[in-house]
This record gives sequence, C-alpha cells and structure tokens, in this order.
Amino acid sequence: MCAGSSGTVKSIQLDTDDSFRLREMGFLPGVALRLVRRAPLGDPIEVEVGGAHLALRHKDAALIQVKVAPDA
Amino acid sequence: MPDTPVAVHPPVIAFVGNPNTGKTTLFNALTGLSQKVANYAGVTVEKKEGICHDQHGKSLRILDLPGAYSLSARTPDEAILRDVLLGRRTDTIRPDRVICVIDASNLERNLYLALQVLGLGTPAIVVLNMMDIAEVRGLKISATCLQEQLGVPVIPMQANSRKGMERLRVALSQVDLPLAKSVDYPPPLQDALAKAHELLNEAALVPQSPTFTATASLLCSHELDGSPGNAAVVAAREGLERDCPGWEEKLVSSQYNRIGELVRNAVEQHVIGAPNATEKIDAVLLHPFFGWLILSGLMTALFATIFSVADIPMGWIDEGFGWAADWIKARMAEGDLRDLLTDGVVAGVGSVVIFLPQILLLFFFIGLLEDTGYMARVAFIMDRLMGLVGLNGRAFIPLLSSYACAIPGIMATRTIANPRERLITILVAPLASCSARLPVYVMMIGVLLPDDSGSVWTKVGFMLGLYALGTVGMFLFAWLFHRKLRSDSDSTMILELPPYKAPALRAVLLRLWERARVFVTQAGTVILMISILLWAATSYPKPDAGDDTDRLTQSIAGQLGKQIEPIIEPLGYDWKMGIGLIASFAAREVFVSTMSILYRADDPDGEEGTRPLRTILREQSRADGSPLFNGRTCLSMLVFYVFAMQCMGTLAITRRETNSWKWPLFQFAYLTLTAYLAALTVYQGAGILGY
Repeated sequence: MCAGSSGTVKSIQLDTDDSFRLREMGFLPGVALRLVRRAPLGDPIEVEVGGAHLALRHKDAALIQVKVAPDA
Repeated sequence: MPDTPVAVHPPVIAFVGNPNTGKTTLFNALTGLSQKVANYAGVTVEKKEGICHDQHGKSLRILDLPGAYSLSARTPDEAILRDVLLGRRTDTIRPDRVICVIDASNLERNLYLALQVLGLGTPAIVVLNMMDIAEVRGLKISATCLQEQLGVPVIPMQANSRKGMERLRVALSQVDLPLAKSVDYPPPLQDALAKAHELLNEAALVPQSPTFTATASLLCSHELDGSPGNAAVVAAREGLERDCPGWEEKLVSSQYNRIGELVRNAVEQHVIGAPNATEKIDAVLLHPFFGWLILSGLMTALFATIFSVADIPMGWIDEGFGWAADWIKARMAEGDLRDLLTDGVVAGVGSVVIFLPQILLLFFFIGLLEDTGYMARVAFIMDRLMGLVGLNGRAFIPLLSSYACAIPGIMATRTIANPRERLITILVAPLASCSARLPVYVMMIGVLLPDDSGSVWTKVGFMLGLYALGTVGMFLFAWLFHRKLRSDSDSTMILELPPYKAPALRAVLLRLWERARVFVTQAGTVILMISILLWAATSYPKPDAGDDTDRLTQSIAGQLGKQIEPIIEPLGYDWKMGIGLIASFAAREVFVSTMSILYRADDPDGEEGTRPLRTILREQSRADGSPLFNGRTCLSMLVFYVFAMQCMGTLAITRRETNSWKWPLFQFAYLTLTAYLAALTVYQGAGILGY
C-alpha cells in the first residue's frame, strides 16, 4: 500500500495477543482504512480508521490483511 | 449521650475514558487545586483524586482513573481501571458512579470502552466531549437518541471551553441515576459466557451480576498469569474455547455490531472533502525533511531553555539558601544544633528546591507538547530510532531532558505506557551527561590540558567525547536491558495521533503544580534525609581544633575515603579523591568544592582562592614524586563521572517512580560498577600503553 491509498480490512491474523487489541481498536473485517503516511524513517505508519489516526509498527500492521481500493 | 453522627463517605465518582478524550481536563475543571496524586499500592500507576461540590454544596470524591482503550487489560493502567471498577482493589473504594468521557469525533472506538463500563452495572453518565471537533468532521450526533438507546444520561460537552459544565454538575447531583440497558451477547457466546461467569464467580473473581462484562474482560486480560485465581481463569477460557470457538473474536465483533447500530441511529455523517486542519499541519510537521527540521529546532529550544534559563532561578535559590544559612548563623550560638540547621537542614532543603526550576520548565514544555498533540508526533518520528534499542518513541523526550537533569527526565517517563520500556528508560536516563557533571568535566579537563597546551578545540573535543561516551553507554545498556528483561507483555505499539488543539494553559499550570508537589513531598523527603546524613558524615566526629580540612579528613566520610583507598588506588586516585567521591554523592558538582577544601590547605601560597584550583591540583604529587593528577588519573576520573550515579536526587526520584527501593539500588549498583570498571580500564590501559 502506498501512502494516501485507502482500502478495507480483509482479515486479521488470529490467535495472537496483539491482534486482539488491534480488533478492539476497530480493525475489524470490512472496516475502511487509509494509510495516511509513513514516518520520516519509514516505520511506523499512520493509519486512519474510524475517525482515529493510529501509528502502527510494521510488525503489527503485518497482522492486518487489506484489500486496496482500486482508485486512491 | 448525644449520638455521634455516622460518618457517611461522600459518593465516589470515577472518570473513565480513552486517552486524549479530555477526561483530565474535565477532572481539572471540577476539582481544581484539591487534587491529590499518589501511586496505587504495588504499581507505578498514578492515582488522582480530588473533591468537588455538586449543585447543593454536597461534596463528592472524584477519581480520575487512568486512560484506557478496553477493560481487557494490556497495560498496568488498564488493569487498575478494571480492578477499581470491579471493586477488586483494597486501596481504592469501588466507585458509586461512573462518568464515561467519550471523544465525539471518534465515536465508535470510544463507545467500545463505554459499553464495557456500562455493562458493569454501575450507575453512569456518558459525556460526549469534543462536540465541536466532531462537527468540523461532518458528524451530527444526536445525544438524545444515544441516551434513549443506552438508557443513561448523555451530555454533549466541550470541556475546553467549559460548554456543558452546568449540565454535568446537575447530573452529578442527581440522586438516582438510571442503569444502562443491558444487552445480551449473541446466543452461543452468551451461554458460554454464562458458564464461565459461574466459574469465576465461584472463585470469587467477579461479583454476581446479570451481565457478563466483568467476566469477559477478565478472561480477555492477559496479565493474570501467576496471580491468584489463575486456575479458574484458565479453566473458564478452556470451557469457552470448547463451547464457542473463536470467542474472543466474536466478543469484539458483537460489541462493534452493537456500536454500529447505535451510530447508525444517532449520527448523521456529512462527507467533508477537504482535509482538516490537523492533516494540513501534519503534512508539514511529519514531512520527511521539514519534520526533522522542526523537531530538532523545537528540541534545541527546549534543551537550551532548561539548560540556560533554569540557571538564573537556580542561582537565586542557591544565594537565597546561603543567605538563610548566614542569617541563622548570625543569630544562633555556635554549636551542633546551629550546624545541623544551617549545613544540614537549610542546605538539604536547598538541594531539593534547586531542582524545581528545571522540573517546572521541562514540565511546562511537556505540558504544551502533550496538550497540543505534538508529543505523539515526536514519538511517531523517533520511534524507529528508539526501537533499535528496544525503547519506543515516547522515551525520546525523557532521555533528551536527562541531558539537562535526569530528575525531570525520569519524572517524564510517565507517558510511556509499557512498564518494561518505561523501566528501561528510567534505568538508563542517568547516563545522559547532565548539567551537574559540567563543573567536574570543566575542572578535570582544565587539569588535564593546561592553558598553554592544546587549543580550545581540543577541550571542546574532550567535552563532546564525554557526552558521546555517556550516550553510547545509554543505548548500550538500554539494548542490554531490553534483551534481559524480555517479557511476554511485549505488546503491540499502537500510538494515537490526536487532532491538534490549542493548549489549555490552566491544565498545563495545574500539571506543573502537581509535578512540583509530587517531587517536593515524595522525592524531596528522601533527598533531605540523605543530605542530612551526608552532612553528618562529613562533619562528625569533630576534631578538637583545626580548619575545614582537618574537619573533613577526620570525619566519617574522611575516614571512609581513606578506607576505600585500596579500592580506588587501581583507578589512580588517592584518599582525598575518595572523600570527594563520597561527598559528591549529594550532587556531582560538590566534588569540585570538596577538592578545593582538601587541596587548597597545603597550598604553599597559603591564602585561599588566589590561584585557580586546577593549577593547585596539577602541582600535587604522589609519594614517588610523580604528579598526582597525571593524564591517566584525569581521564579515569572523567570516565568515572560519565557513568557513576553520583546523585541522591536521581536515587530518590527513581524510588518514587518505580515505587520500590529495588530499582534505585540496582541502578546505583550497575552504574557505579560500570563507572569503576570503565575507569579501571582507562587507567590501567593507559598505563600498559605507556602513558
């Protein structure tokens, strides 16, 4: 995904403690999200979900599978 | 006999909400200066409490519970919130009412916690804060509709401008609050949770209740392992997994389904095409180039201010306490009591107060950065770098501030949510070369490089080298501790970047007041105690006659200095320097004055202060006639001061911030050992190389 593009959550990897919190924060299948930007050093990334802007590290963001919207 | 009135405790009202919802702003507005800050027993989570009066003048106890995203605890903060609400803590009374503060511009996620809290069955009020921001984002929220659906009062507010305050006060004085409508989980989950609830209830982990929110949040918490009741939790989890596979996932999605329904009914969403102000600001502040430029500019300003501006009031404080000591000296008869008062108590209180300018300045800046929302951006930019040694972006400001003084730096680690990362940050903070080391560095470099040899730039180079050495040590130890303290609570970093807003000066000032008070009352007492002990150690037993030098050499500290000579001899130090090391535990710069007292006495020129101390030190010689302060000794001494934790203030604040004596003692031990070994290596290494 490149900065500025949007998409929807396809699935979240199960069975990890980390993914539970991501779910609680609103990363649920079907939810729309937008990759706002990457940090100046590349990691973490800023994601907008449900009106909130959240920074996630790559290793955590990797748990979320996203279907990228065709036009961004 | 008249009846003694039964002491009925005033109702306890707890504020609950996500971080950045304006919960604390509301708490401040209601309680003002009546706030008290302490630690919850056994953990380092801060307990904030205050008193406020309702419409009828009745007093209410207000509790500002730590900000959290969920009752399924992932951090100590969240565990405290959950346990207080469930009445599971012995040091905190179970709240009679709960105020759920919700950020209206971010309704879904905020409702997640609110629904959990409402499900616990405590009478509650929901505050819809930041209605203005929601409006800007094109959200039209009907509080009435939410109120109908939830079953509890919903009050729209703008806590910053105090809009809605009156309605909240009226609601606070309402005697009977309705309970929230309880909603069942979907069938297979509801039945499975009922069984789990029975198990936990038998183990006395949750109270009897018609809803299973408490059960659900306990089962989803991941820090229970090892605590009593663990067996029941494990059994209940296994049961759930059997009866309803994927229950955790279903639990969250059922909550969000309900939230979706609430929002559909109560919110009208207008699409707003233009990016909002926050996004425009972030485009600059988080820009790959300008972001760095602005960050370094701001940090330089912050650092320069703490470093230089604080110097002025620190000078006043120094003079003020000196004057107070003289005033007492002039009015009291000579004797032990006078000395205790002037050199022990007054000097001790002075050594507490002297830290206040730096603490206040740093927390003023931090308050502004937090309140505007820029602090989260600093963490966002720095996270990658700090992540290299296992810290997170939030550790950056505390560590940077430690170059001015480790005490406010350590106090600033409160913003780091992960307890392990916070502890590591605290442990390595004293490795930043603070301003108190400067006098020692300047003196020793002055001895090492006489004025006629080497240019100014050599001296500057040495100075920078010392700062670099401390910094390398800081990252090295952070990395080591990160490896050693690895734990399963090594959780996800989710950092919220809240919308920018103008800082509320009142809130910033209140926080200053609160920090200053915490420091003076909770760390100040330890500092005062140690400084009186140190004063006694450098003054007793008193010789019958003689000057300051005799007094110091014959005191406990002086004798100790002689006793540790065999230990410090391999570093190239004599017993006088040993005394200096012991005395400078009060504060590093004391080393300079102690050296002055000890070595000026044998100065052939006699009169004090006529020649610079570095010249006198340079002339000192060993038994074999070689100079005492040769290059090897100077270097070894410099390296020692880079690493050693010669600071009782840091010790006291680490005790306060870790809530135990274990960590400050560990910190002292590892830093002193490192200092010793490093100085030993330098001295002996330089010897082998033939210097």
